[in-house]
Amino acid sequence: MGMTVVEKILARAAGLEAVKAGDVVEPKVDLAMSHENAALVINQFTEIYEGTGREARPWDPSRIAVIFDHRVPAEGPKTATNQKLIRAFVARHGIGKFHDIRGDRGGICHQILPEHGYVRPGCVVVGTDSHTTSHGALGAFAFGIGATEMASVWALGVVLNVEVPSTLKVVVTGCFPPHVGPKDLILHLIGRLTAQGANFRVLEFHGDTIRKMPVSGRLVLCNMSVEAGATSGIVPADEETARYLREEAGVEERIEGVAPDAEAVYERTVEIDVSELAPQVACPHTVDNVKPVDQVAGRPVQQVVIGSCTNGRLDDLATAAGILQGRKVAEGTRMLVFPASGRIYAQALEAGYIREFLKAGAVVMNPGCGPCLGVHQGALGDGEVALATTNRNFKGRMGNPKSEVYLCSPSVAAASAITGVITDPRKGGQ
Amino acid sequence: MGKVVLKLGKDISTDDIYPGRFMATVLPAETPQFCFYDRTEFNARLKTKAVPPGSVVVADENFGCGSSREQAASALKGHELVVVARSIARIFLQNSVNLGLNLIICPTVEASEGDDMEVLPGKVVNRTTGKEFGTVPLAPARQAIIDAGGLIPFTRKRLRAGS
Repeated sequence: MGMTVVEKILARAAGLEAVKAGDVVEPKVDLAMSHENAALVINQFTEIYEGTGREARPWDPSRIAVIFDHRVPAEGPKTATNQKLIRAFVARHGIGKFHDIRGDRGGICHQILPEHGYVRPGCVVVGTDSHTTSHGALGAFAFGIGATEMASVWALGVVLNVEVPSTLKVVVTGCFPPHVGPKDLILHLIGRLTAQGANFRVLEFHGDTIRKMPVSGRLVLCNMSVEAGATSGIVPADEETARYLREEAGVEERIEGVAPDAEAVYERTVEIDVSELAPQVACPHTVDNVKPVDQVAGRPVQQVVIGSCTNGRLDDLATAAGILQGRKVAEGTRMLVFPASGRIYAQALEAGYIREFLKAGAVVMNPGCGPCLGVHQGALGDGEVALATTNRNFKGRMGNPKSEVYLCSPSVAAASAITGVITDPRKGGQ
Repeated sequence: MGKVVLKLGKDISTDDIYPGRFMATVLPAETPQFCFYDRTEFNARLKTKAVPPGSVVVADENFGCGSSREQAASALKGHELVVVARSIARIFLQNSVNLGLNLIICPTVEASEGDDMEVLPGKVVNRTTGKEFGTVPLAPARQAIIDAGGLIPFTRKRLRAGS
């Protein structure tokens, strides 16, 4: 029987000839990523060893990555103390893939992993973050786990009792119209599947639109696959994957992809033609409450956020800067920009985008998760509305349960920043 | 037997169960104070111990969607709440299994706040309405972790076996 990409990856990682959906396996982990919640992982990890008479040492420090991004720089003493504790652990165990709060190597975990070449096609990647699904963009099987499960991975180097997920095949065809792109595609797909439509399942992306899409766009699709409940999104590796790893991540060794078998078994196939797709907006308070932009156009917004692990990459900033060019952010609207990493920040500076943002009246913040998870840097006031290129619009997500968050692409966000109301970028942001 | 103390709709996120602004608090002993923090009245009842252990939270489909934050499971467990949901999002389900939160998947459950619920093998009985609802057993791979007392003892056993 044929296997899907994830079945093939899990078979290899579990040392088996073949696996099928529903099997229980114990895959070896190639990369185990945590951010500030490593503080809890360390606590649970230490507890595992209690009474064993063994020293608590991670199975392979070279396969552990720790990236500070959720609350950077620390918003308060508790976070700062957690970060201090994690730094000490990382130093003690020689964890090299550590990205502290720095302008050069720092940034959001889901940008740092790809851009430093830590993820390769065919790898098993786990992360204590639900958006770990992002790394499927490089042909890896990447999924989010909790802190205790990560502690178990640190101890054993495998994920225990993993049920092989079934896979939905998503076939995307057609060329994106102007001002429509990967974010609109994934919002549309989530709207169709619903917030639980892919729960316990993998979304495997195919079709000529995907083949022509750069890794930056594939990251958007896989990043938000979890918003349909998916265990992971995955784009089978191809020439573009190899190009990205070689040119942008500096990987020198040969890249081998994992392709699905022709007779792979999929739970079902979802087909999407993007050639007529309109810009999409996810309305409060669920990500599957998706509407074409014209249905919500005119809604006043007090805060526009461009950034996050979904849309804080160089092409996103280029798009937004291009729309803003010479124009101003509307009075009564704040625009916050968060480049996804220090490297992207530097590239955006070089390309002139940062100056464009500042001239327009946007505030450019340091790379990190920013207000996406509602901890600091841009909380909303009572009754305020935000329009963001981030990935979640749950009630209270941006720090205030009495506010609303709409999700959109960088084009819609930038066009709306100029007008101060949700705006269809195809009609201009005048 | 426990009373339904909270009745929830579908797609309840872990942001709702445990808001992001308390994520710097990680230890299971400290997280329960922020359980459903923005549901102010319910949170106040939890804090004043007005909700007895074994009380039931009933939810519609896709309970625990969103963030992988384990605080959501540890906060509910800290109050010894029983969650009966029509379906559960993957990461939250796994976190709950790993920590030993009492979680029941009951695809047809119907209950109102104040109802008395009893969890029995294979079913949930609403003693107030007299209706019974079938439950979905956990996959054996997950049940094995529960049977071991959670993922920490389960992993510890594996470590010892490997020596």
